[in-house]
Amino acid sequence: MSHGVAPAGPFEQPATFEFNAENKALADVIIARYPAGRQQSAIVPLLDIAQRQCGGWLPRAAMEYLSALLGMAPIRVYEVASFYTMFNMAPIGKHLVQVCTTTPCWLRGSDEVLAACKSKLGIGINQTTKDEMFSLMEVECLGACVNAPMVQINDDYYEDLTAEKTDAILDALARGETPAAGPQNGRQMSCPEGGPTTLTTLKAGE
Amino acid sequence: MLQDKDRIFTNLYGFEDSGLAGAQARGDWDGTAAIMAKGQDWIIDEMKASGLRGRGGAGFPTGMKWSFMPKKSDGRPSYLVVNADESEPGTCKDREILRNDPQKLIEGCLLAGFAMRAIAAYIYIRGEFIQERRRLQAAVDEAYAAGLIGKNACGSGYDFDVYVHHGAGAYICGEETALIQSLEGKKGQPRLKPPFPAGVGVWGCPTTVNNVESIAVAPTILRRGASWFAGLGKPNNTGTKLFCISGHVNRPCNVEEEMGIPLKELIEKHCGGVRGGWDNLLAVIPGGSSVPMLPKAICDDLPMDFDTLRGHRSGLGTAAVIVMDKSTDLIKAIARLSKFYKHESCGQCTPCREGTGWMWRVMERMVVGKAEPEEIDTLLEVTTQIEGHTICALGDAAAWPIQGLFRHFRPVVEQRIADYKARNASRPVAAE
Repeated sequence: MSHGVAPAGPFEQPATFEFNAENKALADVIIARYPAGRQQSAIVPLLDIAQRQCGGWLPRAAMEYLSALLGMAPIRVYEVASFYTMFNMAPIGKHLVQVCTTTPCWLRGSDEVLAACKSKLGIGINQTTKDEMFSLMEVECLGACVNAPMVQINDDYYEDLTAEKTDAILDALARGETPAAGPQNGRQMSCPEGGPTTLTTLKAGE
Repeated sequence: MLQDKDRIFTNLYGFEDSGLAGAQARGDWDGTAAIMAKGQDWIIDEMKASGLRGRGGAGFPTGMKWSFMPKKSDGRPSYLVVNADESEPGTCKDREILRNDPQKLIEGCLLAGFAMRAIAAYIYIRGEFIQERRRLQAAVDEAYAAGLIGKNACGSGYDFDVYVHHGAGAYICGEETALIQSLEGKKGQPRLKPPFPAGVGVWGCPTTVNNVESIAVAPTILRRGASWFAGLGKPNNTGTKLFCISGHVNRPCNVEEEMGIPLKELIEKHCGGVRGGWDNLLAVIPGGSSVPMLPKAICDDLPMDFDTLRGHRSGLGTAAVIVMDKSTDLIKAIARLSKFYKHESCGQCTPCREGTGWMWRVMERMVVGKAEPEEIDTLLEVTTQIEGHTICALGDAAAWPIQGLFRHFRPVVEQRIADYKARNASRPVAAE
């Protein structure tokens, strides 16, 4: 469970936190999904929203705000936030590059993808670039194994990668562009490259 | 080979409209209220007769699982929880259902939830599937707007809610009791069973946890009939199954095939064969990272079903087939899985918390050969001390890949150790 991306440099914990109006409304919708008195169930979704509002990390004040909002002891919020790998306890780069290196990705070349990220960004695993544009993480299986190797960058999966394609994506992000997510070899999602071997007769035959 | 007319996931690759209109054009939500009108007992009997076994890995009969839920409430509501925390290395099939065929899952929630007298379904999706979560939420919103779920769902007179919930990065939350803890807003650490979730589940209420694929195939089974599904595959291993074929094949993909399809046919028909040809095959992990690997000799004639793979001391698991050709360093492939389990152990039980780290460190030494030959038996003994001695099956899952490696490829490790010794014996030893 050890995790945590180092920030680019020293940082301060903000003194206070509260949801903005839009997120407060969203929080109310989420809390209403659970039975009365079971609002603690909303903690993971609300931590996610708080982290997004804070630019990708969870200040202590945000966790304390949620403990008051959901009527939980602060320690219950801290232990949840530290249990799940997607919560960051310090500021991270604008783009969080998460390279999957578990066996199915490793078999298809994740070593080269990780090496490309390190050399392009000039940082190691769990580090953040000085300009705070990128953080790099090595992560466990992200569940896109037939599209290996792959990386997750913020909310998107980039799949069927090579070192060159990884370089191109990072370059595009550095230029402020939004490269298209999904398979980078032109295929449709998890369909075999070159076209489907099934589901070809439905339109014609039925 | 399975014919297209018998395939359930007709938008597996997302070529068609994944929205409600597209789903209905493909047959989803057709006559749902009429199925419900046949009653809870009819649905559960039909599911039992279909022979469907849980698609999340354990293969427990789905209809029987549903029948464990209380028929009369003691005042507590009942819940269906759908396990969409797809995280078993090699497995990426539920993702396709969530983003391309979400209405099958939502209709399945209603039918399964109705059959077990649940008031709501919570779909627990892994935190990293952010786009899939948005897609699923949009599909749920569409179903509500069309009156298919919610009050008087499909005009059946039955009220049923479907909610999307998500995690935030923890493989262990795919274990059903850890998933329940997580859904309650706690750390995802497994609970002891008994009590089983059907008696005491989420918020202390009767709960059934089912895999996405198990729930998503239910509407088609109920529409086309148990005998149709049971007529596919083999006895006790019926129906169709989503296979995920990754690793050293020419065209890795997901595909829906008939249960029991020979492994070689699966790989050659849909994946363009093993990289370098079938004879370049070294070993296969046939059902996700937790199941022991099998060498090529067994793979040559291997029907892909629960019972056959169990007979070879492996398992169908999630039907995630990880293919490794002769270029693969098998010791390294398994050491990487050991690292995975060490990373994902929740830390609750000592044998798993300490054992997964210990096994990983020994495996890393064996990758370079820096070990004594006797350590192989020590390692295997430790795997048996972890296996079966923990609250949940993560300890077992960490032990099995190592056992599989040594069952079939022990000489490879012994050679690695001997080579390391030979290399270092020729070097002068530093004075101590």
